[in-house]
Amino acid sequence: MLAAQVASSKCGSSSSSSSTSTASTNVLQVVVNGGPTNNALNQLFATVTICVPGTSNCQTISGILVDTGSVGLRVLSSVLTQQLQLPQQTGAGGAPVVECLPFVDGFTWGPVQTADVKIAGETASNIPIQVIGVDKFPTIPTSCSSQGTSEETLTDLNANGILGLGLFPDDCGLGCTLTGSTNPGLYYSCPTPASCLVTTEAEASQVQNPVSHFAIDNNGVVIQLPSVPSGGAASVAGTLTFGIGTQSNNALGSAKVFTLDGSFNFGTTFNGVAYPSSFIDSGSNGVFFLDSATTGLPNCSLSTGFYCPTTLTSLSATQRGLNGTSNVVAFNAGNVDRVNATFSALAEATGSNPGGFDWGLPFFYGRTVFTAIYGRSTPGGTGPFWAY
Amino acid sequence: MMRKPFVTIAVVAFAMLPASTFASLGGNVGTVEADRVQMKAAQLRIVRTSAYSFHELQSPTGVTVREYYGTDGTVFGVAWQGPWPPDMRQLLGSYFEQFQRANDARRTATARRARGVLVVNDGGLVVQISGHARSFSGFAYAPGLLPQGVQPTVIR
Repeated sequence: MLAAQVASSKCGSSSSSSSTSTASTNVLQVVVNGGPTNNALNQLFATVTICVPGTSNCQTISGILVDTGSVGLRVLSSVLTQQLQLPQQTGAGGAPVVECLPFVDGFTWGPVQTADVKIAGETASNIPIQVIGVDKFPTIPTSCSSQGTSEETLTDLNANGILGLGLFPDDCGLGCTLTGSTNPGLYYSCPTPASCLVTTEAEASQVQNPVSHFAIDNNGVVIQLPSVPSGGAASVAGTLTFGIGTQSNNALGSAKVFTLDGSFNFGTTFNGVAYPSSFIDSGSNGVFFLDSATTGLPNCSLSTGFYCPTTLTSLSATQRGLNGTSNVVAFNAGNVDRVNATFSALAEATGSNPGGFDWGLPFFYGRTVFTAIYGRSTPGGTGPFWAY
Repeated sequence: MMRKPFVTIAVVAFAMLPASTFASLGGNVGTVEADRVQMKAAQLRIVRTSAYSFHELQSPTGVTVREYYGTDGTVFGVAWQGPWPPDMRQLLGSYFEQFQRANDARRTATARRARGVLVVNDGGLVVQISGHARSFSGFAYAPGLLPQGVQPTVIR
């Protein structure tokens, strides 16, 4: 199946190459819709332009998942055109660097290449990104495949790529700069395609959070989506704004800041029990919490991983940051099996996650949610934090 | 269920021996030591109850792993938390291929798929993984290996 690529004639957005669009330069229109596979649920998509560094040899790609739960721009190699030859990153001895990045669902394997990444009016120049696929490096090392299964196709990702705008400026941090057993083994040096070995990788060479490389508006992101009525919606449109408190359109305002513990989580209390492994993540497509026995919500028979109560169920939980900020969150659980097959947005999508709360995209509906980057200063304090 | 108080023994050890690759889930508690060596992990403690025990290991990359075994020494469950996923092949042992197959089946299913959490409930194997960048947690167990009276909720 050919993946959708071109964004230039989308309804409602202007995209001429040299004039200023009516939107502010730090704001990107984003959408929850069926995506490139036409079957996505609660997945937020953006359009990103990738260029060979320092040139106008560019490709604009839609259907890129906006993911505050990961870091780095990753694009399926099957989506890139032949003429977009991005420079391959090399390491010791000039060997290509290839990355194995773990996700909850599996891992992405593919070479690290450099690009100018342009989103809205912002540019991240000459940054490492990951091109996902096994075409150039078909032999996935055992130490990588031991993590789960490879996510290398459109069907695996349900998107043309992932725009990781999470809590960190790069996707590994200090660990990948170390030699020996303390290195988590994300980066490989592959002098030949079948001989990849774990290598050290300086932080500046790791796959970068594109936002952290914008000239301004580089301390975090703001996602704003409208409420979704119960029963769901075919699609919803919102905004992804770059920077926190850097422009008149990204001030924290009355948003409360929730700081995080050593595992980059905060706490959620539900029915009097505190669950410390809680987090906010636009890349998760439901509010995933606890299990059927604890919540009384039955598991779906078709939509694996989701709950399917027979009637819409009103719930409440209290989020609490390490700094003591707390907020009561009202949310609903509805029947995911019964949602209209043409709908892609469902606020009442919940599911199981024993021991914690994953506040996924439904949490963003009707909210303005800020994600601040580790070590970057904002008017609300130094990241990392979430605020809303 | 009323639990008897834990008996906790604190043990710390580092491995300098060559690695071996024995199974963990479904294996014998003796293989926990093999896992520890393979992971170059430190054993933080052993916790014993009347019905089951667990070893707690920490890898050099900061991943904490617990391996649960019954009185007969059979490992019936594993749990982990840390900035990176553990070596699933090592932890799941002979169940790893079943895990891979269940993952592949998930991807081709036509119904709405939960993304951001991984749930495998494949009869003989249950796996749940959650997390975000630099913060992974999960557990896996074989329902058929649970000792009498032990709830899977102890595996965390």
